[in-house]
Amino acid sequence: MSLTSDPPVGKATASGAEREDYSALKVVPVRHPWRWVAVVVTAVLVAQFAHGLITNPGWEWDVFADFFTTRTILKAVWITIQLTFYGTALGFALGIVLAFMRLSRSPFLKSVAFTYIWAFRSIPLIVQLLFWFNLTYLYKRLDFGIPFGPGFFSFDTAGLVGAMSAAVLGLALHQAAYAAEIVRGGVLAVDGGQLEAAAALGIPRLRQLRRIVLPQAMRSILPNAANEVISLFKGTSIVSVMAIGELFYQVQVIYGRNGRVVPLLMVATVWYIILTTVLSVAQYYVERHFSRGATR
Amino acid sequence: MTAMVDIRSVHKSFGSLQVLRGIDLEVRSGEVAVVLGPSGSGKSTLLRAINHLEKVDSGWISVAGSLVGYRRQGDRLYELREREILKQRTRIGFVFQNFNLFPHLTVLENIVEAPVSALRCPRKEAVRAAETLLARVGLADKAAAYPRQLSGGQQQRVAIARALALEPELLLFDEPTSALDPELVGEVLDVIKDLAHQGTTMIVVTHEIGFAREVADTVVFMDGGRIVEQGPPAEVLDAPRHERTKAFLSKVL
Repeated sequence: MSLTSDPPVGKATASGAEREDYSALKVVPVRHPWRWVAVVVTAVLVAQFAHGLITNPGWEWDVFADFFTTRTILKAVWITIQLTFYGTALGFALGIVLAFMRLSRSPFLKSVAFTYIWAFRSIPLIVQLLFWFNLTYLYKRLDFGIPFGPGFFSFDTAGLVGAMSAAVLGLALHQAAYAAEIVRGGVLAVDGGQLEAAAALGIPRLRQLRRIVLPQAMRSILPNAANEVISLFKGTSIVSVMAIGELFYQVQVIYGRNGRVVPLLMVATVWYIILTTVLSVAQYYVERHFSRGATR
Repeated sequence: MTAMVDIRSVHKSFGSLQVLRGIDLEVRSGEVAVVLGPSGSGKSTLLRAINHLEKVDSGWISVAGSLVGYRRQGDRLYELREREILKQRTRIGFVFQNFNLFPHLTVLENIVEAPVSALRCPRKEAVRAAETLLARVGLADKAAAYPRQLSGGQQQRVAIARALALEPELLLFDEPTSALDPELVGEVLDVIKDLAHQGTTMIVVTHEIGFAREVADTVVFMDGGRIVEQGPPAEVLDAPRHERTKAFLSKVL
């Protein structure tokens, strides 16, 4: 007996019955009545929300329009961008160093990096920022010279660490702890065979990292890194506790003066949304660049 | 003929597991040695030790007259720095079971990478050499493809071209066909046979007995971290002297 299931060609089946022909019949798709109910309910809610945004005088869209692009606000947006940029750049630079310290074979370097990450992930950002802001209280002068020996240059900390640099320092040091773990995760995600192949080919060590490991690690680093940049970008609003004229602080100053709280909060909100959108678009293109040769 | 590879009483353990228990082996220049043996017999570890991807616990290995991983000065052996080890490895080609091509680089870039970065070969020259090598393994039209766009057999042929790009004195193959679909094994073995006929010195770890019979000058049978017997294929494969070899061959043939 054979197990093939090929239908007999051009003839009636073994049972003798005529084969049905379905090709002329009309196909009726499945109906989803409850889906339509859900759509209607959701549409009504969305319409109500939009209607409220437009008609509720409490939003004071005229005030929003007045302030959205004033010089003070634009300047504040610029400071927010600067804080994000320096925080990200310094944070990831230090993060990469920490990641490779944790991946190194030296127990000492490993534990230093581990302790750093442990400490800076444990301290709330706002507490840390206030520490840096009050650095003068702990160290009056900074000397550069032989460790534990005489110094060559020295600075007054009051002049050296202004509010802005204290903020950048705080954001960067905080960011470095998270960046280190993201970079380490990315490097660990690269197949061990890749390093082995590079080593077997005699490719110099730094070149192995730059050309073979990092480009592949970037694929898993990028989504997490983008999250971090975006959260740092919004996190800069915490810096308002140090009276730095970034976006959120400036908005608070203005509504403190004129009492128009809601429209001014909307000014900040819309700016945060616009810039986050820009970052998300940038993320898309950077990720596309690093997905060469990948199937997903 | 001179000894290309000289291995003397090499021992290696991973923790409490003894993987190599005193290996002595000599492979002469131009010779093809095929290493057979059951899984866990230490074949791959031995091969990796020759390229210093694994450091041996005792004994020594020399390739083309220079000690692998050490430099002799008077009556002392100095461990080499990583940079010097990397330089030594450029004289030894290694082909992996899983190819280990760089997935983010094109086929051509995969081949050009080592000559340019390790041997400081001018890029133009390296590209020309790579194109010749690709033609030699029958993949001249795949230079711009990414590894994932190729079949397993094609990937392994690229990996062989990549190893050849350094013009090594010795080629090591670690089960080069074990990760391939049966119908792709032939195309890779053909490339390796070609190299063998051109007088390339190589050590091939494999389970392909037919290949061993056809290409090997010496067949080495390993079990439990030791070389059980070695000799020409006619002896080891057709008239094995040891029970262990007989038992293994009866299972795989």
